[in-house]
Amino acid sequence: MKHKDLQTKLTEAGYIADEGLAMALSLAMTLKRSLLLEGEAGVGKTEIAKALAAVEKTDLIRLQCYEGLDANAAIYEWNYQRQLLAIKVREQADMAPDDVESHIFSEPFLLRRPLLEAISRDKPPVLLIDEIDRADEEFEAYLLEILSDFQVSVPEFGTITARSVPHVILTSNSTRELSDALRRRCLYSYVDYPDPAKELRIVKAHMPDIDDDLARQIVGFVQSLRKEELEKTPGIAESLDWAAALTGLGIAALGDDPGTIHASLVCLLKTEADLKSVTPEVSDRLVGKVA
Amino acid sequence: MIPGAPSDRVSGFIAHLRLNGFPIGPAETMDALALLEQATWPQAHEARLGLKTMLSAHKANWDDFDALFDAYWFGHGVKTLAVRDDRTSGRRQTQQNRPDLWNRVLPPGVLPAQELLSDDNEDDADGQATQNIRASVQERLSRTDIRHIVSADDVADLEQLAERLAKAMRNRLSRRRKPSARGSDIDIRRTIRRNLSKAGDPFDLVRRKRPERPVNLVVLLDVSGSMQSYSRLFLAFLRGLMGQWLKTDAYLFHTRLVRITDALRDSDHGRAMERLTLMAEGFGGGTRIGHCLQVFNDQYAKQAINSRSVMIVMSDGYDTDAPDAVALQLARLKKRARRLIWLNPLAGWDNYEPVARGMAEALPHIDLFRAANTVADLAALEPELARL
Repeated sequence: MKHKDLQTKLTEAGYIADEGLAMALSLAMTLKRSLLLEGEAGVGKTEIAKALAAVEKTDLIRLQCYEGLDANAAIYEWNYQRQLLAIKVREQADMAPDDVESHIFSEPFLLRRPLLEAISRDKPPVLLIDEIDRADEEFEAYLLEILSDFQVSVPEFGTITARSVPHVILTSNSTRELSDALRRRCLYSYVDYPDPAKELRIVKAHMPDIDDDLARQIVGFVQSLRKEELEKTPGIAESLDWAAALTGLGIAALGDDPGTIHASLVCLLKTEADLKSVTPEVSDRLVGKVA
Repeated sequence: MIPGAPSDRVSGFIAHLRLNGFPIGPAETMDALALLEQATWPQAHEARLGLKTMLSAHKANWDDFDALFDAYWFGHGVKTLAVRDDRTSGRRQTQQNRPDLWNRVLPPGVLPAQELLSDDNEDDADGQATQNIRASVQERLSRTDIRHIVSADDVADLEQLAERLAKAMRNRLSRRRKPSARGSDIDIRRTIRRNLSKAGDPFDLVRRKRPERPVNLVVLLDVSGSMQSYSRLFLAFLRGLMGQWLKTDAYLFHTRLVRITDALRDSDHGRAMERLTLMAEGFGGGTRIGHCLQVFNDQYAKQAINSRSVMIVMSDGYDTDAPDAVALQLARLKKRARRLIWLNPLAGWDNYEPVARGMAEALPHIDLFRAANTVADLAALEPELARL
């Protein structure tokens, strides 16, 4: 798919992507390479995978990484309890030990975890490997192997090759430096906070009923709030929350009710220090800029 | 326009990117060519977007790409080779003026460790004797305040000792294992024992966990003038801690904060020197602990620290910033890190009181305040780290 077409389709699916990102996605799909997305928390990296799955009309399989994630949780695991039961049953039935063994190490006893699941579909799904930086480096190495060959070896019964190659999207918040090998294997795109025009489109896409003027003010406010020195800069999800909160409170313009505006900032500011640093004076100043 | 066949021009572009820090090899050149061949893009703009996503590997690349692309294909002189050459030779000049400290601490040309090895290979009795002597010298050195050690040989020995000590700590930490109710694999031995009462049928599964991950160490080292006699040894200690241990992160500070993790790990001697020389600018001057901690909190803390990190600050606490700045920043650090350890060489002196105002303000936020003026003090840290 050409990137322009993809961009339009993503917009229809409710995701506003800039041209660079659309190009990265379209290349990842044509070249069958994985795409690594980096960027601050809350800029919509995970949403991209959901939107892509919607565009491709396929399933989204998600692997959330965490410290200590291992092959058992990510690829496959034997269903031990079921195997033990099967052994018990076969013991009564007087079956040859070799037959029992080949029986209990067959596909019905295999628990498919996301990575194996993703390569055993007929229609290529979107495989989202979320927050890869949280997984251990050993896991990263293992993942590389799977992403390059798209096959999984199960020692007990051989190699499972991919029926179709999934569209792989990896995301990272850079809490840890990723290995060069992984970076080289993937296409790369950095997702930044959106510019005002783009953010305005996002707000409108999510909340079609919102008043134009209010939307513009909200976006302007959040944009200038991001320039303040904060511990946790508000992302797109936060501005959408805030917009929903303000419409829910029945506010028509930011200048109307400074007290409520300041109280509603809990939607945007997620740490105590940030809440303290944005005093009513600061929020009034920011409102003054956009009103 | 650049002369030559299209493929030559593209590989020229790849070389240009590589010079500017893109980690790309021949495989990427092939990919890029294939991409350009199969693409039906009418505009340079689209080729730029495509190549950008294909050839960048991290944010720095991503940010630089557009300028480099313009520079190469359209001749907008941003970073040309000539400019780069100037810069490197400039670095080489400063390298000659670098403080002596860096010469000694960074990967030495002749490794003293090799001397030790060759001792081993000698005739048995002889070798044994040398070893013993060395051991007793080290025994003595490890208890002497670093200030009082002056001879160059002693210093070299001490550095080796610190480095080996750090390596030993590293290994000890990463070898622990334990069984766990929610572990990921099955502990066969325990499972069999547990199920003896059920005629040996393994029904209750006992699980075990992979070894505990070693703690993440993040070290901030003060290299200001007042720390001069200690920082050399601490750097050697840091280098030992670094080694292959991936979860260590090290920073220097004086009036500025510099990340030195990569430089300490660099196996290329010359390059490491060059990098640390750049970092040593302003070395031996005043200290702005509060400011440097703030920079750390703002820029690096999110990446470097998590809830299992142990943060070690090595400093004497003499600060030219306002004293409450240190306390404020330490409080912020404390929220992210698991433990905060402050090693103060002065604390080992007789009758030391934390009177430096910054130090006094900082104390309430520190989990462990230790002396660090002998190598034995550093060794005493190990049980503290292992407990975490």
